[in-house]
This record gives sequence, C-alpha cells and structure tokens, in this order.
Amino acid sequence: MSFPILSVITFTPLVAGLLILMLPAERKNEARVAALAAGVFTVLLSLFVYFGFNPAGPRFQFVEGPYQWVPQLGITYHMAIDGFGLPMLLLTALVLFTGVLISWNIDDRPREFMAFFLFLSVGVFGVFAAQDLFLFFFLLEIAVFPKFLMIVIWGSPKTREYGGMKLTLYLFFASVVALLGVLWMYAESPVKTFNMIWLEEAMRAGAFPAQWQIIWFPLIFFGFAVMGAIFPLHSWAPDGHVAAPTAISMMLAGVEMKIGMFAAFRVGITLLPEGAKFWAPIIVIFALINVVYAAYIALIQKDFKYIIGFSSVSHMGLVMMGFATLSPNGFLGAGLQMFSHGVMTALFFSIVGMVYDRAHTRNIPDLGGLVKKMPWAAIAFIIGGFTSMGMPGFSGFVAEIPIYLGLWQGRTLPGAAFQAQPWFFPLTAVISVISIVITAAYILRAVQKVFFGELPAHFEHEVGDVTALDKVAIVVLCAMMIIVGVYPAIMYPQVQAGIAPVLNLFGVN
Amino acid sequence: MDLFQTNLLSLILFAPVVGALVLLFVPKDQENAHRWLALVFSLVPLGLSIYLWFAFNPQAPGYQFEENYQWFSVIGANYHLGVDGISLPMVLLTAILTPLAILFSFSVSEKVKAYMILFLLLETGAFGVFMALDLLIFFLFYEVGLIPMYFLINIWGSANRQYASFKFIIYTMAGSLGLLLSTQIIGLTLGSFDIPNAVAKWPLLTGELFGIPVSAIRGVAFWAFVIAFAIKVPVWPFHTWLPDAHTEAPTAGSMMLAGILLKLGAYGFLRLVLPLFPAEAYQGASLLAVLSLLAIVAGAYASFGQTDFKRLVAYSSINHMGFVVLGIATAAYAQGWAANFDDRYTESAIIATNGAVLQMFNHGLSSAGMFLLVGVLYERAHTRNLDDFGGLMPIMPVYGAFLIFTSMASLGLPGLNGFVSEFMVVRGAWDVFTAITAVSMLGLLITGAYILRGIYKTIYGPINTKWVGHLSDMSTREVIALAPLAVLMLVLGVWPAWLSNVINEAVTRLLAG
Repeated sequence: MSFPILSVITFTPLVAGLLILMLPAERKNEARVAALAAGVFTVLLSLFVYFGFNPAGPRFQFVEGPYQWVPQLGITYHMAIDGFGLPMLLLTALVLFTGVLISWNIDDRPREFMAFFLFLSVGVFGVFAAQDLFLFFFLLEIAVFPKFLMIVIWGSPKTREYGGMKLTLYLFFASVVALLGVLWMYAESPVKTFNMIWLEEAMRAGAFPAQWQIIWFPLIFFGFAVMGAIFPLHSWAPDGHVAAPTAISMMLAGVEMKIGMFAAFRVGITLLPEGAKFWAPIIVIFALINVVYAAYIALIQKDFKYIIGFSSVSHMGLVMMGFATLSPNGFLGAGLQMFSHGVMTALFFSIVGMVYDRAHTRNIPDLGGLVKKMPWAAIAFIIGGFTSMGMPGFSGFVAEIPIYLGLWQGRTLPGAAFQAQPWFFPLTAVISVISIVITAAYILRAVQKVFFGELPAHFEHEVGDVTALDKVAIVVLCAMMIIVGVYPAIMYPQVQAGIAPVLNLFGVN
Repeated sequence: MDLFQTNLLSLILFAPVVGALVLLFVPKDQENAHRWLALVFSLVPLGLSIYLWFAFNPQAPGYQFEENYQWFSVIGANYHLGVDGISLPMVLLTAILTPLAILFSFSVSEKVKAYMILFLLLETGAFGVFMALDLLIFFLFYEVGLIPMYFLINIWGSANRQYASFKFIIYTMAGSLGLLLSTQIIGLTLGSFDIPNAVAKWPLLTGELFGIPVSAIRGVAFWAFVIAFAIKVPVWPFHTWLPDAHTEAPTAGSMMLAGILLKLGAYGFLRLVLPLFPAEAYQGASLLAVLSLLAIVAGAYASFGQTDFKRLVAYSSINHMGFVVLGIATAAYAQGWAANFDDRYTESAIIATNGAVLQMFNHGLSSAGMFLLVGVLYERAHTRNLDDFGGLMPIMPVYGAFLIFTSMASLGLPGLNGFVSEFMVVRGAWDVFTAITAVSMLGLLITGAYILRGIYKTIYGPINTKWVGHLSDMSTREVIALAPLAVLMLVLGVWPAWLSNVINEAVTRLLAG
C-alpha cells in the first residue's frame, strides 16, 4: 500500500491542532511554532504531490481506497487528486502557511487561534481530495464551526458578530441546498453510493435522466456557487471577509470561495452535464453581473478591506464565466483563475491586515503615505494589484486570457434553457472587459491613497515596518503570481489533464 | 557564439531586467551604486543593439534574429521575437535613449533605487513591443511598459502628478481593452497569436463568426486596434492625456515617454493595423489623414500658446507625431489603392512611410533632447514658466547653444534630422492627400513660430536679472547625456542614408509586396 499522502496532508492539521490545544495556554510561542511546522509540512507534501502528478497519466493519481466506510449507505473513504484539484491543494497549503505567518502576533489566545485555523484547513484540504460525497460534505462541514468561531472571537470588534453570523449561515444554508441535490443523486443512482467516481460512471451509463438533471443541477451548482459568492447571494462575502481576522480572510476568500467553485464544477458540471448545458446561459448572466457590478462597488468603497472583499466577488465571477462556457479554454482559465485569485486575494488581505495592525484604521481617507513606513507591503500590494487587473506578466493575465477565449468560443449547446444567438457569449466578453479598467481604477486609487500621498503625522511614530515573517509570506505569495504569470506551462498541463475527461461530456475532445 | 547569435534579441530584451534584479539586492542607501549599475546595465543593450545593427542584413527579406519558444502554447501564444527594418531602428533608439536618460537622472536624489529599477523595467517593456512577433507577447510588453511609467510620474513627478499619472494609465489601458478583445478574436479564429501567421491569414478570412460576417468583425477589430494605438501616438482627439503626463513626469521620464513610448503606438499601426486590416485601413485612411492634419496644426497652435516650457514641448510631440500619422495614412491609402486599382501611389507611399519611420527615430532624438534641456533649466530655476526667463544666453552659453541646435532639429531646419523625415512625409503624402498636406504646411509655419518663441523667451531678449549669478551652465554630465543626441541629429540631417536604407527595404516590402 503506497503512502497515503493525501490523507496525511488532510489530517496533519487535525493532529497538530489537537496537540496544540493540549499545550498550556501560556505557551504562546510553542503554539505558533507548532502551527507553522504543520503549515510547512503540508506545503512540502503538497509540492511533492504537485510535481509528482503526471499530467499525461491517469485522471486520478495518489489514489487511496475506495475503502468501505459505511457499506449499508454506500459511503466510502476515497481520496485522490486530479489535475483540476491539484493547484487547489497547493493553494490551500500556501494559504495555511502564510496565514500562520501573518497571525504570528495575535496575542489573544493564540493557542486556540492556531488550533482552530488548523481545523479549518483540514476541511479545506479534504474537500479537494475527497472522492466520496459523504466524505466531501463531512469535511466541508468540519470547517463551518471553526470558521464561525474564529470570525466571532478574533474578528473586527464592531462587525464580527454580524459578519460571522451572516457568512456562516449563508454558507451553511448553501451547502444544505447542495446536499439536497446530492441526496437525490444517491437516491436516483442504480448503484446506491456516494462515491463520486462511481456516480460519474453511472451518469455516463445514463442513470440520471435529462429532465431531472435540469431540475437538480441548479440546487447543486447554485448551492455551491453561493459559496463562490454568485450574485445575488454574494453579500455574505464582503461582510464576512471584512469582519474576519486576517488569516481567516485569507483562507476564506483565498480558498473557501474556490471550494464552492470547485464543487460546482466537480459535483455539478461533471455529474450533471445535461443540467449544465441547460443552465449555462443563465449562469453566464449572473457571472457577468458579478464581474462588472462588484467591480463598480469596489470603486466606491472607503474601507480598504471592503475594496478587497468586493474585488474577490468580481474575480470569482470570471471563474463562473469560464465554467459557463463549457469549453476547453473556459475551463482552463477558470482553473487557473482559481489559483491565481486565491494567491492574490490572500496577499491582499494579508497586506490589509498589516496596515490595520499598525494604523488601526481601514478608512482610506485616514490613511496615506504608508510606502515610507511599509515599503514591502506597498510593493506587494502593487504586484497583487497588477495581477488583479490582468496585467500581463502576472498570473491574472494568464488566467483571464483563456476565459475570454472561451467566451468568444462560447455557444449554447443543444438542451440549453434558451438558444442564444451566436453573439451572446462574445457580448458578455466585451462587457466584462470593462471590469479590467474599473479594477485598474480602484486598485490604483487604493495604491495612491493608502501607500502614496501624505503620511498622517501620527503615523510617523506609530507605524512600523512589517515583520520578517510577514516578508516571508509576501515573497512566497508574490513569487507564485509572477512564476505562473511568466511561465504558465507550470500549471496549465495539470489543469488541462483535469478538465479533459469532463469536456467530452460536452462534445469537445 | 551561436547561442549568443540566436538569442541576441532575448539578451537585449532581458539585460535591463537582470540589471533591475541586481539593483534589488543593493541596499537602498548606496545611491551611487544604483546610479552607476543602472547605467552599466542600460549600456549592455546599447552595445548589443549596435552589434545587432551591424549584423543585420537590410537586403534579406522577412525578420531576422528570430526566436520562437513555447510559452502558453495551449492557447496558441508563443515567445516569438524578431526584427526587421522597421523595428530595428526602434530597438536602437530605445537602446540609445535609455542610458542617456539614466545619465541625466543622476540628479534624482529621492528613492534612487526604486527609480532606477523602474527605468530598467521600462526599457524592457519598450524593447519587448518592438521585438514581439506574437500578438500576446506584443500586448504583454505594451501593457507592462505602462507600470513603470505610471510610477515614475506618480512618485517623482511635479505638482499635478497624481492626476496626470492616473489619467495616463487609465486612458491608455481603457484604449487597449479593445486591442485585447480584438487580439483574442484573432488568436481564436486563427488558432495562433503569431503575427506573421496572422498577417498572412487574417485579411483573407471569410464566412461568419458568432453569426456575424467576418468582414463586420474585422471592421470592429480594426477600429479597436486604431483607437488603442491612436491613444498612444497620440492622434487627435485622443491626445488629451499627453500634455499632463509629459509635463508632470520627471525629465528623464518625459524623455522616455516622448522619445520611445509614443513610438509604440505608431509602430503598432505599421506592424499590426496596416498588415492585418488592409481593406479597412484603406477606407479609414482619409479620416486618419484629416486627424493627422489636426494633430499637426492644432498641436502647433497649442504649443504656440503655452507659457509652460515643458507643456510647449509636450504639444510639439503631438505636432511631430502628426507627421508620422500622415505618413501612415498615406501608406494605408496607397496600399488599398494598389490592391484595388494600380500602383500609382506606391512610390509616394514608400517615401512617406520611410519618412514616417525616420520621423519616429528623429523625433525620439529631438524630443528627448528638448525635454532634457527643459529639465536642465527647471532643475536650476525651479520654474518652467517662459515669462520668468529671458536673456539667459550670456549666463548659460553652452545651454543656449544646445537649445538652439535641438530646437532647430525639432523645427525641421535643413541640415538637421527633422527636415529629412518631414520632407519625406510631405513629399510622399502630397501625391495622395494633396489638400491635407497643403494645409499641414500651416503647421510647419506655426512650428517655426513656437520654437522660435520658446528660444526667444528663454535665451534671448533682455536678461531677467534675478537669474544673474544663480544659474549654472550645463554640467559635463548633462552635456554627455545630450551630446550623442546632438551628434545623431546632425549626422542624420546630413547623411541619413545609414538609417533610411535599413528602413527602406522593410517599408518597400510592406507596401510593394
């Protein structure tokens, strides 16, 4: 039996978290170091998995199981990774690692903070590797309670209860809705199982009639897409992410929103292709609203963190658009954007956190001239900003181009809700490109107002530079964006390997 | 040696980036180290470009020193570089101007490290556009060049720099959105972003795309390309970002902006718009010619009305680039005419386009020189207001001499470079757009007026006594920064053949097939 690396990656944070909770409360540094060790460990293992994955090999690699878990209910323990989830695994490890670094100076019960952060990441890791829907939901819901606790205890004093409650309830409700669809699939399938791979085989053998797919797809897709902040059920994201402590914002916006889109793809599109074909043109309309509308809202924000919150909603719209095209380029771009945006938003939130920790305000009119005090943060924000506006040379560009190409190629397939004219998808491409300029405007505005300009007098002595650990986190995240931007071949073969089997469901080879 | 030859363009392209990386690790208080290292790293591409110039064979058809490596091949975009007779002079211009601008920037004393790093990155952005033979690579470097310029203006600029830098980047980016979309369509339909491939296939496409005839799509894509490049050149009425950006930028930034970045737009017209959209360009040529006329004449009038010396020079850029656009419009018209009728205009178009490319090079030299001179005065006097000066010649004779020389080149005095290129454009355009060319002569007249006014107000007339004893003449460093430009202006005025022969081959091939 080969080394169960995916389970090790998933459950190491659980073990580490439990060990940390057993430490005495005064041992703050030990808690931090232990969490960092777990983070480094998962990064190394994830890198091993990433570079050990063979894009030309079988669809699922590093397979564990399927082991019968609850045979009466057809529940298995089955972990594997495909090319689409591979970058997500790496992303999670990176966000965990950098999140721990950013949270180093939390002094209010760091032991509990680190432990809950690790528990949260268990759920996140597991979701990308789980191939059994029960296991998937199990791990997804493991993350719910830590999420809520962390926002409500360590979040922004004024809004944490509202933000935490809103985020948790929205996401929980969304996952329940999706669960309904999953339960239907279980009931409908001739082989009573929750195992996704067997369900996919059943689907290809014709187990799920088209009309039923069309009815249940929206529950699954939109249920999960709410976790990706699809309009109009997106408002939990800005409020929740802004209320959360920095590391949690990084994990939630950076990775959890991607869980939603990943699940929408893996469970929705892959298992219910007829439903996907029907709903695709409608998804694209909502996604377009995400992309453009959220960008406009970001432009008028006065709170530094809200700009980033709405920026996340906007960029997730691009992922949804990629999915809705049901095309090779669209899926490729969506997969790349999930990674690129994950890194970028983790970086953004970490910088907002650095600024807030020192300036004690996120109100843009009160900020200014911070480049003098925090040059690393300024440069990192600028790099992240250029990634955000799709500036070539960074990963955002590499991700957006295939999405746009997919939109140009987009067509409604037979079985769609309405047969759109051939110019329908291209028109969405033309409209969504406006968001690039709006993004440039709000990013540059934030850069100018926060980092350049006049440094308020009281910051002169109160605001210090970022710590060495912060710098490590910054360098790691920036490096990711630049490497993928300059050398996309490091990621696109993997994503392609993951999407290829799904594409032939839509008549593309 | 072979590896060196085959990758010469990449070496030129990335030498400044290597320099920027090296500078990253030098501590920021070592200001002199930064200045000299930046200069050295910008001289490397200069040396390599001179080698490239002599190794280039003007008679050989097509692109030389081509490099084609896999980059993002899943979508059909590859790292494809190459130069021909049109892009090679631009590469050389970039390689010449950057070290001189860096040399002039030795007087910058704030955040020297960041300044030099940004400058080197700007150089790479410009090189990349001129060398790119893949649409996505072209777009990549086109946009990438915006970032350093934005920061150079925003941080080291003058009083209104926030507004100017923001306007510059948003205006240019908004314009290039259409370019991005059109590029995507081309890449998608042809399956590849390769420029030579696109030039061969895109104009011939028929049928429908997204349910719309390809010719309609081509029409829209044409205007998208035109608008993006029209903003960059700039073509009237998309020029309004330029006066602010040029005026507020630090001196060396203006030298690069006017000297090189404006040429990216004109280059885009020649490399992409004309070859990819010959039919649409033919139809739009007259409009383009009228707009160039407006740029020439209105730009000159606007220059004449300025009291800010730097703004005067900024508007003069619009005026001079108008000639470039006139030449391009001539080429567009003639090429369409030749495709449909006969080649009566081809010879004139070749002359006009030669003139346009030559004007791109010449204006790069003279505008960089003019901005440098304005900068010299501003650094000493801390004002750019022409009314504040007067009679500076006896106080600053070397400066005065250089100012007169450079101004005459800018004005188009025979014997200096400006005359040659402007004459060629006018000679070529006269056949095709007689009326427009005739009216643009008015622009030449006003050019003379504003140049002479500028000279008069600064170095002639009664001495403004407040400057006596307070203004030092040009330092050796500043003279060294300007001298190569002056020499080239003279050489190109008296013996332009060394440059125009290289351009001519490529232009003839572009227009005569």
